[in-house]
Parts: sequence; C-alpha cells; structure tokens
Amino acid sequence: MDWLGPEETQALLLSLRVSLWATLLGLPLAVFVAYALARWRFPGHALLNGLVHLPLILPPVVTGYLLLLTFGTKGPVGAVLQDWGIVLAFRWTGAALAAGIMAFPLLVRAIRLSIEAVDPKLEQAAGTLGASRLMVFLTVTLPLILPGIVAGGILGFAKAMGEFGATITFVSNIPGQTRTLPSAIYAFLQVPGGDAAAFRLVLVAVAVAMAALLLSEWVGRRVARRVAGQ
Amino acid sequence: MTLSVHVKHSFPAFTLDASFEAPPGITVLFGRSGSGKTTLVNAVAGLLRPEQGRVAVNGWELFDTGARRWLPPHKRRLGYIFQEGRLFPHLNVRQNLMYGRWFAPRDAPRAEFGRVVDLLGIGALLDRRPGALSGGEKQRVAIGRALLAAPRLLLADEPLAALDEARKAEILPYFERLRDEVAIPILFVSHSAAEVARLATTVVALEAGRVTRAGPAAEVLADPAVTPLGARAAGAVLEAVVLRHAEDGLTELGAGGLTLVVPRLDAAPGTAMRLRIAAHDVILSREAPVGLSALNILPGTIQDIRSGDGPGALVSLDTAAGRVLARITRRSAQAMGLEPGQVCHAVVKSVAVAPDDVGGGPGMSGLRGPGSA
Repeated sequence: MDWLGPEETQALLLSLRVSLWATLLGLPLAVFVAYALARWRFPGHALLNGLVHLPLILPPVVTGYLLLLTFGTKGPVGAVLQDWGIVLAFRWTGAALAAGIMAFPLLVRAIRLSIEAVDPKLEQAAGTLGASRLMVFLTVTLPLILPGIVAGGILGFAKAMGEFGATITFVSNIPGQTRTLPSAIYAFLQVPGGDAAAFRLVLVAVAVAMAALLLSEWVGRRVARRVAGQ
Repeated sequence: MTLSVHVKHSFPAFTLDASFEAPPGITVLFGRSGSGKTTLVNAVAGLLRPEQGRVAVNGWELFDTGARRWLPPHKRRLGYIFQEGRLFPHLNVRQNLMYGRWFAPRDAPRAEFGRVVDLLGIGALLDRRPGALSGGEKQRVAIGRALLAAPRLLLADEPLAALDEARKAEILPYFERLRDEVAIPILFVSHSAAEVARLATTVVALEAGRVTRAGPAAEVLADPAVTPLGARAAGAVLEAVVLRHAEDGLTELGAGGLTLVVPRLDAAPGTAMRLRIAAHDVILSREAPVGLSALNILPGTIQDIRSGDGPGALVSLDTAAGRVLARITRRSAQAMGLEPGQVCHAVVKSVAVAPDDVGGGPGMSGLRGPGSA
C-alpha cells in the first residue's frame, strides 16, 4: 500500500481493527437479543426493541454524547470501569464501542429475521429426540440462522467502518488512537492541500464497502444452500 | 410393556378428557379431525402441559400432576414421528438418523444402526440431504431417526397423511414391521379406517376429546357404535389363516371354520392373515342365496341394527368367522324385516388382505373377490 501515506495507512488499519472488534463482540450479544425478541414474550419486549433500534434513528451526535456521559471517565459506568483499569473515552476501545453500538441494530435485525424464519417445529422435533434447550439451540437453531449471522455481521462491519458522528463526539479525532477512516477523511478536508489524501481514502472506503457487500452475498448464498438441505 | 394415559385439559372451545391403557403393539388413536388425537399425543410427548393427568410407560411416569412430576420433552425418551417428517435440513440423512443417539443415555438399549437402515431400506440415501428426498423417503428417514433415539415409546401423528396413495403403500409395510419386530409400543394417530384395520393392535376411538371405545382392534372396529367417520368408513377386521392354494388360481382362507376365497396370495398355507371387509362391500340376504356369482357368503345372526339421520343403516352380524358389518339402506332393512336375533347371510363382494404377524408383505390392496357382484 505504497500509494497511501503513513497517516492514511494508520487510519485504515485502525478502522479495520475497530470494526472487527465492534462486530465480533457485538455478534454474540446480538444473537441473544435477536433470539429474545423473536422467540420470547416478556414485559419490556417493546422497550428492548426500541432501545436496540435507537442508534439507528437518533442523530449519531446524540448517541456519541450519551456515550460520553455514560462511559466518560466521570460517567456512571466509565468511572467504575476506570477503577478496573479500563478507559474507553478518547481511546480506540471507545471507538470500537461507538461503532459497535451504531452497528448493533443492523446485526439484530438481520439475525432476528433469520430466527423468525426457522420453523419452531424443527426445534420441537429436536427436543423430542432428547436435546435440551441449549443443545437444540446449538445443533438446530444456530446452524439454521448462520446465513443471517453472516449477513448481519458483514453489514455491521461495513456500518462500523463508516461510523463517524458518534465516534468523533465520544472519542474525538486523535491520530493513531481514534482517527478512523471517516475521521481521517474529515480531518484531511479541513487542512489546505489535504484533498489528495482524502480522495485516496475515499477510494479505499468505496473498495472496502464493495468488498464487504460482495463477500456477504457470496457467503450468504453458500450458507443458505447448505442450510436449505440441498 | 404397557402405556397408561390419563389426560384432562380445557381449551376455550373444547375439553380433552381421555383415559386408556394400551398393551404392546400399535395403539391407534382413531377419530375425525378435531377430536383431540394430536393434542393427546402432544401431551404424551410433553409438547403440551395438561392441567391434569398422568402418563406412564411401563410404570415409568412421564408426568403426574398429582405427584407434581413433569419431565420436559427431551427427558421422556420418546420417538416422535411427525406428519411432515421434520428432518433437519442442514444435516444429511446419516446425521439426521444419528441425532437422537447423541442424546440417548449410554446404557440405553440401542437399535443397531445397520439393522434400522436395512429395515427401512434407506441405505442408499445416507449421504443425501433431506431436500433431495421424496416424501416417502423423508418419512422413512423420520421413522429411523425416531427409532435410533432409543425410545421407550414411539409416537406417530398421522405419519402417512401428507403422502399420496402410492407413498402410503410404500410406508405402511414398515409400520407393520415395527409392530411385529420391534418391542417398543407405538401410539399411532390416524383418521383412516383402512390404516387402522391394517395396523392396529388396540384401537382407542376418540370423539370430541373423549374416549368412546377402547379395546382390541377386531372388537372395536366391528362395533357399529364406533364409526368416528360415519358408516361410510365402517368395516370389520377378521383374523384368518391361509388354508390352501387352489388350482384355479384362488387362495382359500379359513376363519372360524368358514372358508373365504380370494385371488391367489403369495403366502404359505398356515400363514396368519388379517382381512378387512368394508361395510359397503357386504350385501345381506335372509335366505341362503342360490344362483349368485359371489363365493364368499357368511351365515350369521344379526346382533345390532343402527341407523342415523341418513338413509343408511349399519347392521352387525355375528358369524363364525367374527363380526361382520353391512351397510344397507333403511328402506331395505324395513322391507326385509331385519331384527336383532335373526339369522342372515352376509354376501361379501370384496375382501382386503394383509399379512398379520409377518411384516414386509405386499400392500393391503383392495383385492376384489372373485365373481364379485
């Protein structure tokens, strides 16, 4: 990647790291929340659904500010985490948290749809064959929703790569620490003569987005074929 | 091995309140749709939690509301064969078959994999995916999957209902084999009189959530009061033995000292057979008929005459071969002056035959009797 300057490479690698962690840590929780929303009826169902979707409809700046209030070093959660030696504000880990929260609704939506497509009668059949509820989930539900998990994961990863508003509000725009790809593009556009660097990063962003899209389609098709029993 | 069922549960529009005991073999829950058959099976399987009741297999309680005992479905050690197969689409046939075995206790008496595969004729399908199987093949795999889970009880909820006639004929012999070769009691839901006649050891007739009659198949099916599907589906089941194969291509069967003639059967003399005589295939005659082409004429005594709102009447006749049902019109019953206790002759137009104890025989086709009317 000689044609990218060191700052630009740094921003790209940081974005990849942030998005990967955001997606990997978000997925298990997203599967759990999607399963709860799809299969369980409990008080607060609508509230949980609303909360999950909030980052999708709130202005990202608002989400970022709320994160700062909560996870900042003086925030209720941030202060506790700081006592344990975990600092999120103005660190790349905070950028990952912001990206993860912004991508979360997309993960949950894709996974929930695939869970709703699984015939509960198959899970019932597995139960009569001796599988406990956990084993039913691991051996029947999980393999069958794999296409949804893959699709949701790739979509979420792409969303995390592009996250800007919440990230810059929560963790600012510190080179090498929180300056992700979109933040870097924004920063380059603020300085005279930065257009060329910004444009190179725009090309990278477009390439990453396209690659993610194509990959998700390809993997999705493969897994769907497998799961459909052909 | 006996099955003891007592279940009581109220639904908004219907109350299920059924009790019965079943000996080994196939116990068929028989009744029209909506009579509570599937609900009852689901209660046995643990997919429905009834308000009250007790179900035990050979003294082992699956649940007992009195003793606050409730085993979740996965601890009941059942094999449930569903109407739609419900094979796991992401696993191949071999993995589907092995699924229940992963969870069966190590010390459970296991059906041998190869034997089950042979029994069901699915050896060539093992590496295929369920999506590439025909309806009949899927159902055979579903039967194997249930068997290999080392169940103490097999449940089958209209496993043939989703199949066409040809596929039904393909699967039925396998259930006969199960009945005759596997020592696991089977609770089988059906609304087909022909299936019941062919498979049942015991029949439990259900109507509107209640057991109207339960007992050995031949006894229950010959009871005109048990016509869950109306007189149209009524018919009697007789036990018979192959006597000899005549030179003219007919086979003579003996039943209670009477001889019945059917087109040549592929069975050795001495083989036990099960005959089903549908009520609409029987004509009654007060006198011993002469000059009639029919060969199967059974003398007997009228035991009962039942008529409903329609023009038909169902007459049950005690013969030396067993009870035979005849569906005639009310008008002819009146014109002939039929009454219980009278001697009468049943002219049988057609007999369906299936092997009784030995499985894997030819399908029970509706063989027309020779010289049929």
